Amino acid sequence: MAERTLRGTVAIVGIGETTYYKHGKSPDSEFKLALQAIVRACEDAGISPHDVDGFASYGNDRSDGPRLAAALGVKALRFSNMFWGGGGGGVCGAVGNAAAAVATGMADCVVAFRSLAQGQYARYGRGAPVASVGGEQAFTVPYGLMSPAQMFAMKVTRFMATHGIGQEALRAISLACYHHAQNNPNAVMKGRPLTPEGYDASRWIIEPHFHLYDCCQENDGAAAVVVVPADRAKDFKNTPAYLLACGQGGDHRSAAPVHNMPDYPGSHFKALAPRMYDMAKLGPAEIDIVQCYENFTGGVLMSLVEHGLVKAEEANQVLTPENLKAPLGKMPLNTSGGNLAECYMHGLELVIEAVRQLRGTAINQSTKRDTAIVIGGPMVTPVSSLILGSEAAL
Amino acid sequence: MSTTYLPKGLAAPSAAPDGLSQPFWDGTRQRKLMIQKCRGCGAHQWGPEWICHRCHSFDLDWVEVKGRGRIYSYEKPHHPVHPALVGHGPYIIVLVELDGVNVRMLGNLLGDPAQEVPLGAEVEAVFEPHDEADPPYTLVQWRRV
Repeated sequence: MAERTLRGTVAIVGIGETTYYKHGKSPDSEFKLALQAIVRACEDAGISPHDVDGFASYGNDRSDGPRLAAALGVKALRFSNMFWGGGGGGVCGAVGNAAAAVATGMADCVVAFRSLAQGQYARYGRGAPVASVGGEQAFTVPYGLMSPAQMFAMKVTRFMATHGIGQEALRAISLACYHHAQNNPNAVMKGRPLTPEGYDASRWIIEPHFHLYDCCQENDGAAAVVVVPADRAKDFKNTPAYLLACGQGGDHRSAAPVHNMPDYPGSHFKALAPRMYDMAKLGPAEIDIVQCYENFTGGVLMSLVEHGLVKAEEANQVLTPENLKAPLGKMPLNTSGGNLAECYMHGLELVIEAVRQLRGTAINQSTKRDTAIVIGGPMVTPVSSLILGSEAAL
Repeated sequence: MSTTYLPKGLAAPSAAPDGLSQPFWDGTRQRKLMIQKCRGCGAHQWGPEWICHRCHSFDLDWVEVKGRGRIYSYEKPHHPVHPALVGHGPYIIVLVELDGVNVRMLGNLLGDPAQEVPLGAEVEAVFEPHDEADPPYTLVQWRRV
């Protein structure tokens, strides 16, 4: 029986982003933003949107595939797919689902995308003003536990205490993201550099570990990537980024209600990360570039540990701004600014940045650029991550 | 007027729409802490599920447990994410590992919000009635012992 793998079967050949806005500031509707990002991704690939034949998204994206297909005049829709789960847990999973459709012949040219306009719709970081709540929320909301930050803070508290990790490790993650954003014209936080003193003085969102700058923005925008079969990848305008592996899911009972998942202080990648590295046929030491979804810096910390990129007992030494900054850092992290400082595009901006790094066209270009990992949505469940590679990495 | 840890105006808990957690909320009104226990394999389970995740029995009982445990983790939210909390923070949320039953429960830690919250510290359940709510309900809160 042939090896079951996505490794080397598909490539990302097009990337597209809208202007990124502060939340509520987009002049365009969410659906129009989705269309703009997809059209730009097709331009980047050098194809007509008529030739896209599938859509994959996540986070309950409201711009659904059939409507996009109709609006864009897609000739035939062959794949229309939504990844379960909230937040950005599905960012890499959506790319993986697109890849699976292309690799298995269900479709030929699938767009994975995310669109968000929070002026038009509700924000994530606000509790809904409702009179009563049922189900699991009945056990959290009456205690003032309702925002994503509040849902995840206690995982970080426990993890940091268990491993003796200091706040400076989280600060380094934030400083690296803000540093990279200063060169990025599409970064919402360009022109707003962050200093260690500014971080330390920023107000608490949640004690003991969430300063303001440990928390992502909320933004408006859209982003899209075009996934095609690897054997056609060189027929397009730009250098392809090949998919080496994708993993998605959660650890044993990671969705157990009311904070009863057995492995509580973690980001839910422990089961998927080893399997993904097996598929990629490489290990964490061979990863050149790391793009890790920052809903909160504590989630980045735990994700890096669970992907074997940092040892928990070495986090205090390894997670320094110098190590995380491109081009010379040992592990350049979120080189376009990420969710913290470029745009909270639910992580799809991280996939796009990974592609730019492999192409060699990134603003904060890493010197090593054959492999890139993208880690999506730590602490939610399901989560997902993927590894991309240059042709040389195949 | 009953005294409550957090200001009025947060959403009230309800067993709706599926009724799965009704015995818990009925229990707190009688100052009893009720959780699920599987009649098939005898394991306790929390939060409520329709099935035992260990043995797949649908025959789940509700039993009273002692409201004692240890602080497993905590957070002190400062930023108000709901209109009722504006100007109120910080406040303390604790995740408590109940003694002897291998489950965790959430609640507020009563007392000074500035207090230190040592992981592993012993706590006990305190019932916080909201009698004037319609329908009335009772939350489970925690205090150091």
